[in-house]
Amino acid sequence: VENVQLLDRLSSRKAALGTLYLTATHVIFVENGSETRKETWVLHSQISSIEKQATTASGCPLVIRCKNFQVIQLVIPQERDCHDIYISLIRLARPVKYEELYCFSFNLKLDKEEREQGWKLVDLNEEYNRMGIPNNYWQISDVNRDYGVCDSYPTELYVPKSVTAHIIVGSSKFRSRRRFPALSYYCKCNNASICRSSQPLSGFSARCLEDEQMLQAIRKANPGSDFLYVVDTRPKLNAMANRAAGKGYENEDNYSNIKFQFIGIENIHVMRNSLQKMLEVCDLKSPSMSDFLWGLENSGWLKHIKAIMDAGIFIAKAVAEEGVSVLVHCSDGWDRTAQVCSVASLLLDPYYRTMKGFMVLIEKDWVSFGHKFNHRYGNLDGDPKEISPVIDQFIECVWQLMEQFPCAFEFNERFLIHIQHHVYSCQFGNFLCNSQKERRELKIRERTYSLWAHMWKSRADYLNPLYRSDHSQTQGTMHTQIAPFNFLYKFWSGMYNRFEKGLHPRQSVTDYLMAVKEETQQLEEELEVLQERLANLQKSHLNGNKVKSKQQDQSKQLGLSTSNNSLANTPQEYSNDLKSFPSRSPSQGDEEDSALILTQDNLKSSDLDLSANSDQESGVEDLSCRSSSAGGCLPSEDSGKDSDEAVFLAV
Amino acid sequence: MLRSSQPLTGPNRRRCREDEELLGTVLGQGQQRGFIIDTRSAQAAKQARMSGGGTEPKSSYPQWRRLHRPLERGRPLQESFIKLVEACNDPSITMDRWLSRLESSRWLSHVKAALSTSCLAAQCMDREEGSVLVHGAEGTDTTLLVTALAQLILDPSCRTLGGFQGLLEREWIEAGHPFHLRCARSAYSHARLKQEAPLFLLFLDCVWQLSRQFPFSLEFGERLLLTLFDNAYASAYGTFLCNNEKERCLCKVKESTHSLWAWLNQPGEKKKYLNPLYSPNTLVIWPSVEPQSIQLWQGLFFRWIRTSQYLDEAWAEIQRLAKST
Repeated sequence: VENVQLLDRLSSRKAALGTLYLTATHVIFVENGSETRKETWVLHSQISSIEKQATTASGCPLVIRCKNFQVIQLVIPQERDCHDIYISLIRLARPVKYEELYCFSFNLKLDKEEREQGWKLVDLNEEYNRMGIPNNYWQISDVNRDYGVCDSYPTELYVPKSVTAHIIVGSSKFRSRRRFPALSYYCKCNNASICRSSQPLSGFSARCLEDEQMLQAIRKANPGSDFLYVVDTRPKLNAMANRAAGKGYENEDNYSNIKFQFIGIENIHVMRNSLQKMLEVCDLKSPSMSDFLWGLENSGWLKHIKAIMDAGIFIAKAVAEEGVSVLVHCSDGWDRTAQVCSVASLLLDPYYRTMKGFMVLIEKDWVSFGHKFNHRYGNLDGDPKEISPVIDQFIECVWQLMEQFPCAFEFNERFLIHIQHHVYSCQFGNFLCNSQKERRELKIRERTYSLWAHMWKSRADYLNPLYRSDHSQTQGTMHTQIAPFNFLYKFWSGMYNRFEKGLHPRQSVTDYLMAVKEETQQLEEELEVLQERLANLQKSHLNGNKVKSKQQDQSKQLGLSTSNNSLANTPQEYSNDLKSFPSRSPSQGDEEDSALILTQDNLKSSDLDLSANSDQESGVEDLSCRSSSAGGCLPSEDSGKDSDEAVFLAV
Repeated sequence: MLRSSQPLTGPNRRRCREDEELLGTVLGQGQQRGFIIDTRSAQAAKQARMSGGGTEPKSSYPQWRRLHRPLERGRPLQESFIKLVEACNDPSITMDRWLSRLESSRWLSHVKAALSTSCLAAQCMDREEGSVLVHGAEGTDTTLLVTALAQLILDPSCRTLGGFQGLLEREWIEAGHPFHLRCARSAYSHARLKQEAPLFLLFLDCVWQLSRQFPFSLEFGERLLLTLFDNAYASAYGTFLCNNEKERCLCKVKESTHSLWAWLNQPGEKKKYLNPLYSPNTLVIWPSVEPQSIQLWQGLFFRWIRTSQYLDEAWAEIQRLAKST
């Protein structure tokens, strides 16, 4: 469709004119006339909602909201076209069959072996070996090899050595969805472990010998402690309500030596609504500080993040400081349980703070343990009540930790943002379906590519320049005594306002420091080469040989000049929102800026893997103004009375 | 950019030829117009006439456009500061109340307003190519906040360590911000002094916001800002003593005290205040004043509440990396 306008989300004056294309996998907007051929690509899988707004004089507005928080505002000239686009997008954004998803047509042009190798990058058996298992206390069990015991669990699980198949099967019958207690993390220094399961089907008084034996075995697998923590991550009220439905939680009287603990994290519906409310705040046009803070608090989002973090901290402390094992569950053991176990693991084990380790962590606690990616993130069209930002919250917990401990993680913020993006993009096969069983049935490994291998190739983009494996922050358990403080939790504008360039610092410290590191490394390598050559020269001089001098290549210009100095940024509209004087003079300066950005930009920092040509991050999009920030603290002027203002503003 | 205090128009709309001539000559060189940024609301400015003050009437200053951008000052600003500090120190606030407590102090709204107004002043000069006159009532508080911030935004030389000191000397100290009255007891004191108000702290907070948004563009770091905050309230040096140059002369400050700058600029000291990421940026730096871009200055408000160990380590690492170039 031609002559479509793409609006700048917050400054309605700035609209780009271009052509809109719909393909089988993307929506593409190509701007007219600009020499740079600016394109905006959006994957159908990313589309969360489409809204057709009332027709205006300029056309029919269409707002596309994405799961990665991008918001595209279009104005289609003809109502008929708008309607067609709307209907098409509704259909395209709600695939019915897996085969419709992008990952099945996305072609990285690797051969079969390379593709397979990519999938093997993360190997969970290796991971458990790294933990020190199997050993005297823990063994691998294949009781679930045909998914006969629990169809949402993987085929290989780790259980205490003393546990028999009979106990596992018995326990699984007493657990919601058959998700019996299994090992998530083992701490070899003190034998404490983190196990996970779903809620017991205890109702008000039911018992199960095998389940009690299972917990006892877990406790005994840690000789250093005489009790076991059982942590229910639900609010007490919810857990009690479950009892009426024949489920519930463990009775301390029935299970020997357990200490039971509720840590109230709300359910998926509360979280879905919380995110919705927060996004509404982000959607506000030039909110006042008041609007923003009230809105953010009202959404409850940061409160939930903190609740998840606190739960992780409790478990990490239990394991590291008390040396006590913990069994974690929620209702079904695939949402809050996953969040809390992975946060705890991250706090405990520095390996998970490396790039590879983090990939392993997600594979372990999210992918293998049957987190319902399809239902939660809407790979296919399904029940909207199943949608919830569960893994998003975990990813945000990691970011919050990164902000508090800048040296502790091998990876940077961009790594997290890209992972979140791909949870929804369905461009790779890692986050499809609801369980390992489903993925194997669909032959995901043979038909799609692994995200991890792909990201690993570009790992230089994802490194944190402040990370040093020998740094004190990266050793051992993270000291999170300071974590309970409320003020430490910040609004993650890098994620929720990701596509609003004007909001973020123009100059990336991470990129600059990475460039510095690279250059230093290159210089050191050159130094080595030169020293070698010198040694050789001295030798051959003695031997009387001629040595050809090689041409040295100059170290590349790495843009160390914080090239961003040339990024002239443009001012926002700082004046009264309704009628402001032009804050951008249509001068040459601005065009130059755009061109500069395109050429010398750290394009590496752009999401090149989003799709072939997406340049969302490439900075071609102009840095221009957003609408006014005048906001609520400035009373609206009564311009009728003040003649100065009226004249001025009419300019 | 010019600064002054309010014109004494009074209830009878007095005029002053000399004042009009002065402003007229400022626009002399073919400029079409100037902007007057009044840091009081239109209402407050009008009311000021009753007590002898007022605004520049359009008829007498035809080439000047007047813009009102009310900025908080005086007692309300001090209350805002006190409320914020109380909130930061209150261990009983749960996460679901924290943000509203933060908001009810309104401190961040004041930061936003100060930055917005300064950006407006800078915009008038840089984009509209007009001269700017800034004043509030007395010209000693919000006026200086705006002119000092605007210069930081516009002028790269103010962003060097030396240039910043010069800016402080010029726009705060010599310009007569009454430090002695304003920076008296700070937030914990029960004595609610009438003249106390944290304008200078608000300025430092805004500078910190700039440093966060433009991490390469200021030659100095947070440590300098914290040191300045400390010294404004209590100092071994004479730099922030008294309320104006006249008092400083009378008290013989220059003869009997040492200058803070002299100490800061010693090579051994100086390096502690430098920003390892600094790279001279000749362009104007336009901050974002969206709420998401304005953050609570944790380094100041949580200075004694939480350990800064991990952030300090990060800075040490940044320093190490930057040095290796």
